[in-house]
Amino acid sequence: MLERTGIPTDDDLEKVIPDKKRLAKGPVVIIECFQKIPCDPCAASCKFGAIKPFKDINDLPQVDFDKCTGCGICISSCPGLAIFVIDMNYSDSKSLIKLPYEMLPLPEKGKDVYALDRAGRVLGKVKVIKVLKIKNKTNIISLEVPKGMAMKVRSIKVEGKNNER
Amino acid sequence: MKETDIAIIGGGPAGLSAAIYAASLGAKVTLIDDGLELGGQLIKQTHKFFGSEKQFAGIRGIEIAKKMIQDIKRYDNVNVIANATVTGYYEDDVITIVQGVNGDILKKLKANRIILATGASENMLPFVNNDLPGVYGAGAVQTLMNLYGVVPGNNILMVGAGNIGLIVSYQLLQAGIKVEAIVEALPRIGGYLVHAAKIRRLGVPIYTSHTLKEVHGKDCVEKVVISEINKNFEFIPGTEKEFKVDTVCLAVGLSPLSDLLWQAGCQMKYIPELCGYVALRDDNMKTTKGQIYIAGDVAGIEEASSAILEGQIAGLNAAVSLGYKQDNYQEQDEELKEELKELRDNPLSEKIKIGIEKALIKEGRD
Repeated sequence: MLERTGIPTDDDLEKVIPDKKRLAKGPVVIIECFQKIPCDPCAASCKFGAIKPFKDINDLPQVDFDKCTGCGICISSCPGLAIFVIDMNYSDSKSLIKLPYEMLPLPEKGKDVYALDRAGRVLGKVKVIKVLKIKNKTNIISLEVPKGMAMKVRSIKVEGKNNER
Repeated sequence: MKETDIAIIGGGPAGLSAAIYAASLGAKVTLIDDGLELGGQLIKQTHKFFGSEKQFAGIRGIEIAKKMIQDIKRYDNVNVIANATVTGYYEDDVITIVQGVNGDILKKLKANRIILATGASENMLPFVNNDLPGVYGAGAVQTLMNLYGVVPGNNILMVGAGNIGLIVSYQLLQAGIKVEAIVEALPRIGGYLVHAAKIRRLGVPIYTSHTLKEVHGKDCVEKVVISEINKNFEFIPGTEKEFKVDTVCLAVGLSPLSDLLWQAGCQMKYIPELCGYVALRDDNMKTTKGQIYIAGDVAGIEEASSAILEGQIAGLNAAVSLGYKQDNYQEQDEELKEELKELRDNPLSEKIKIGIEKALIKEGRD
């Protein structure tokens, strides 16, 4: 249970993952935000109105998946680092995941990193497609992962020491 | 003796916002802080804040502090006394200030209004060996690491899964330190679940209904034993787990730093929901001593975003009570109070709301 372990359950996730039809269409946002807290920057960040404006600042984010282009601009806006973009259509066998990352060293484009699940377990090595440095320092990493891993991978581990200053 | 309209004690989020608001109305403000620089705990906060845009949502604490300190500098009518501690309050509205590293400068200041924004102190946990080197409070870890760039150790056990325990764990991971585990005595994670999830997916286990049982070490911390506990907070035999760590970080709550309020003779009340003794206050943040206002954690332990709003409410009302004019005072005042209400309109703030209800003076406002 999320409140005991910090890991969202399948029931939690079911509420925020778009249906198969939408997933098949291409990149789309998944907001893993399950607790009412006073926070609304995601809605303000969305240029397409896909994250609906909050009536109450404590509401959970509501997404209109048909309006979402999967641009990922909301990823770095989220103070909770809870926003991901998944493209199930990336290629025949691979999906693309965009995730927020605030650790150093940053991974390198084209190199492999360890993919971690929501409990921090290593799922395997995956390829870094893009590293987008963001001004607010919540950088966005794009990963190419086997389709079966797309709903599991939520973080990465980069080898090497944190020597950047 | 020097005189000021409003003395603000404490330069964290509440004190800074009170100073900015009161100064914008033209009041002569003296802001006194014990740190080497202003900002209070904000300058150690590297995470992005929650809240709405008005309350700096999405901005990192350290950036919020920078912005507020810049704002303060714009006002000639704000005098900052840094590296100074207010040691006493006297009946004729005089406060004494001890300044300097050695505390060898004594100043007296007559203040027509005082806004107390002294914040909180960390709670300690009683256990054998809690005096071993390597046992830290979370505030000390943040000061060492985020202000001075010194890591406290290499392997850490975090005690407490409230927001501070979770945030400091994340900062330790960012500094390249191994956080072996987080233990939390309560059956549920107390902090925001998004903070918990982002630490969890970096591989740090969170053990709820667990607490620290033993800390071992000769000259410093070498090993800890944690244990599961039952509903009555008793150890459950056979559930012990051992970790080789050199550091234990305690994030087991805060208590309002209210000594000056006691000394000034404000009516105080123990309110568990606000984490300790707080001064009774009206909705303008005015205490039973009419010239003393409170804001931030000293009024009850909460978040920085609510401290900022309380500071604004106190700053506005203290200045207006001295005759300074705000054109649309009524509107401004109501807007701030409404914003604060919205911020607390969620299940996690239920306790705070109950606590504030107990601390609120509704009768006899002037």
